[in-house]
Amino acid sequence: MTKRVLVGLLLAGLVAGLAQGAVTIMVLWSGDELAAFQKVVDAFQAKTGITVRVESVGRDLPTILATRVAAGNPPDLAGMPNPGQMAEFVARGAVIPIGGIVDLGQFPKAFVDLATVDGKVYGIFISADLKSLVWYNPDALYAEGVAPATSWNELVYITQQLAGRGKTPWAVGLESGAASGWAGTDWIEDIMLRTAGPDLYDQWVAHEIPWTHPAVKRAFELFGSIVRNDAYVYGGTTGVLSINFGDSPAILWDPVPGAYLHRQATFIKSFIAGAHPQLVLDRDVGFFVFPPIDPQWGTPLLGAGDLISAFRDTPDVRAFLQYLASAEAQAIWCGALGKLATNVNVDPGIYPDRLTAQAAEILKGAEIFRFDASDLMPAAVGSGAFWKGVLDYVSGVPLDQVLQEIEAAAQAAY
Amino acid sequence: MNMGRAHWLYLAPALLLLGVFLVYPSAETIRLSFFGPRSETFVGVQNYVRAFTSRPMLIAFRNNLLWLGVFTLFTVGMGLVLAVLLDRVRYEAVIKSVIFLPMAISYVAAGVIWRFVYAFRPAVAPQIGLLNAIVVGLGGQPVGWLIERPWVNNIALIVVGVWVWTGFCMVIISAAYKGIPREMQEAARIDGANEWQVFRHVTIPFLKSTLAVVTTTMIVFVLKVFDIVYMMTNGAYDTDVIANRMYNEMFQFSNYGMASAIAVILFLAIIPFLVINVRRFRVQEAVR
Repeated sequence: MTKRVLVGLLLAGLVAGLAQGAVTIMVLWSGDELAAFQKVVDAFQAKTGITVRVESVGRDLPTILATRVAAGNPPDLAGMPNPGQMAEFVARGAVIPIGGIVDLGQFPKAFVDLATVDGKVYGIFISADLKSLVWYNPDALYAEGVAPATSWNELVYITQQLAGRGKTPWAVGLESGAASGWAGTDWIEDIMLRTAGPDLYDQWVAHEIPWTHPAVKRAFELFGSIVRNDAYVYGGTTGVLSINFGDSPAILWDPVPGAYLHRQATFIKSFIAGAHPQLVLDRDVGFFVFPPIDPQWGTPLLGAGDLISAFRDTPDVRAFLQYLASAEAQAIWCGALGKLATNVNVDPGIYPDRLTAQAAEILKGAEIFRFDASDLMPAAVGSGAFWKGVLDYVSGVPLDQVLQEIEAAAQAAY
Repeated sequence: MNMGRAHWLYLAPALLLLGVFLVYPSAETIRLSFFGPRSETFVGVQNYVRAFTSRPMLIAFRNNLLWLGVFTLFTVGMGLVLAVLLDRVRYEAVIKSVIFLPMAISYVAAGVIWRFVYAFRPAVAPQIGLLNAIVVGLGGQPVGWLIERPWVNNIALIVVGVWVWTGFCMVIISAAYKGIPREMQEAARIDGANEWQVFRHVTIPFLKSTLAVVTTTMIVFVLKVFDIVYMMTNGAYDTDVIANRMYNEMFQFSNYGMASAIAVILFLAIIPFLVINVRRFRVQEAVR
C-alpha cells in the first residue's frame, strides 16, 4: 500500500516537473539544423538553468501546430514555416506580441516589418537566406573586360556584349526532379519586386491582383527576355529546362567558361565548391546583388528566413525569446550552418568564409526584404501551377496562356 | 436449421476484411469527393466539374488515351510477335529472359535509367545520354526528348512503359502459344496454307482468350500509370496523366476533395475492363 502511494507520488512529481519546468518549442528542423539548434538550446540552459524541450516534427509542422492550437494545447514557442502561416495564427489570437519583450533595435527594419501584423510584431527571424544574388567567376568575367552590373540596363548590356562575341552569358538550370521550375519562380519574384514594388508584390502573393495583371506579365517578360533567348543561355531553352539547378553554375569555372553569370541564392556556394573542389571560394567565386530595374523601387532583397513565434507569455518563454534574438545565440546557430544572421550585432567573424560574411552584410543593409512568394502561396499555385507555368513559358508556350492557366489554378486554390 | 446462419459465420472474416480495406475506403473516397480541399465544406459536384473542364485534367485525359492506344498496342503486339518468332529460335530461353528482365526492375529505377538514356546536354558539351550521343554521333543536334511536346515527350515516356511490360506479355502469350496442338498447324500447312494464313486462321483464334486477358491487364495498368511519369517529368510539358494528377492534388496541394474525385473517376474508368476480365474468366471456367 505505501509502496503504491510512493510510486504514485513519484510519477505525479515527474509529470508535474516535466509539465512545469520546461519551455517547449516545436520546430521543423532535423539533421544538421536540429543539431545546431540544440547547441543554442544547450547554451541557453547552461546560462539560465531553464530547461527547453525541442520537439522536432518535420515537414508536417503546419498541420500538427494548427491541430494543437485549435485544441488549446500549443507549444510555448514554434518555428513558423513562413510569415503567412504566422499571420494565420495571429488572426486566431494564438500568438503573443513580442514588441515589449525583445529589443527590436537589433534587427534591420525589413525583418521586423516582415513579422508585423496590424502594427504589432509577432515573431523574430533568427536567420535568413538571401536569394537576390548573381554569381560569377571573377577571372573569367574580368578577362572579358566586363564588370558586375549595378543596374538592369547594364546587366542587359553585358548580356548582349558577351552574346555578340559568341559567348554564352547566362547559366540557368530549372530542372529539379518533381520540383522543376522553382528556380525560375525566384527570378520572376526578384524582378517583380524591382518592377512593381513591395506592395504590389504582397497583393500578388495574396492573389488580390490576378496573374494576368500587367505587372506580373512584365516580370515574366523580363525573365523571358534573357532566359527564352537561345543565344543568352547555356544550351538554349532546352538546356535551361534539362540541366539541374545544382549542376548549372559549374560551367562558370570550366577552363573555357561555358557561361559567365548565374542567379541563385546563397546556398549554391556549396554546389559550386562540390563541382570544383580546387576553388578557393573567397578568391575564385564572387557575386553581386541582382540589380535594380525600376529606380523608384531600389534594390529590394528576396529570401527566406527562420521565424520563431511564441504562444504563451511566461517569464521563461520571455527569457528564451530574448536569448534567441541575441547576437550570442545567432552566432552559434549561423556559425554552425553558414546561414545569415539577422541580428546586426553579430560579428562577421563567425562565418565560415568571406562570401557568407559579405552576403550577411548585404542583408544587414536591407531596406526592403520580401519572403519567397511561391513559398507563401497555396501549394497548388506556389508549388504547382507557378512551377509548371515557368517551365511552359520557357519551353515556348505563349505568355497569356501560361498566365491564364496559373490564374485558373489560383482561383480554385485561394 | 442453423445452416442458414452458419454460412455467415464462415463468411464473416472475409467480409470484415473486405469491408475494412475495400468497401469503407471506397465509400469514404466517394464521400470526400463531394467536399472541399479540407473535407470540411460540401461543394456538390464542383470537383467533378473541374476534373472534366480544367486544362491540366483534360491534358491528363488525352495522355491516358494516348498511353491506352500506343502502350497497349505495342506491349501486346510485340509480345505476340516475339512469342511466335522466338518459338523457332534456338536460344529462345536466353532471349526471352533478357526481354523479360526489365520486369524485375521497379518503375522508379526504370525512370531513373531512362532519364539517363534521354539526358540532354548542349551541343557544345559531351553528351551523357545514350540517345543523344547516338544522334550527335550521326551528325545531328541533341534533342530534348522529355521536353519536346506534344508527341516526342509522351512517346518517350510510353517507350519506357513498353520496355518494362513487353516481356510480361511475351511470356504469357508464349505459354499459350506452346499449348496450341502442333497437329492443327501441320494440318493447315499440308492443306496448302502459307505461314501468314496459319498465323491468322489457326494461331490467333487459339490465342484469342489469352490475348484478351493480357490486353485488359495492360489497359488496367495503363489507366493507373503513375511512377514513370512522376519520376521522369512529374507531368511537366503536357505529359501529365490522371494518376499523377491525383497524387499531386493529394500530397502536394493537400486538396483531398479534388484528389478523391479523380480517384473515383479513375475507378469508374477501370470497372468496365475489370468486368470484361471477370466475364472471360467465367466463360473459360465454364468451358473447363
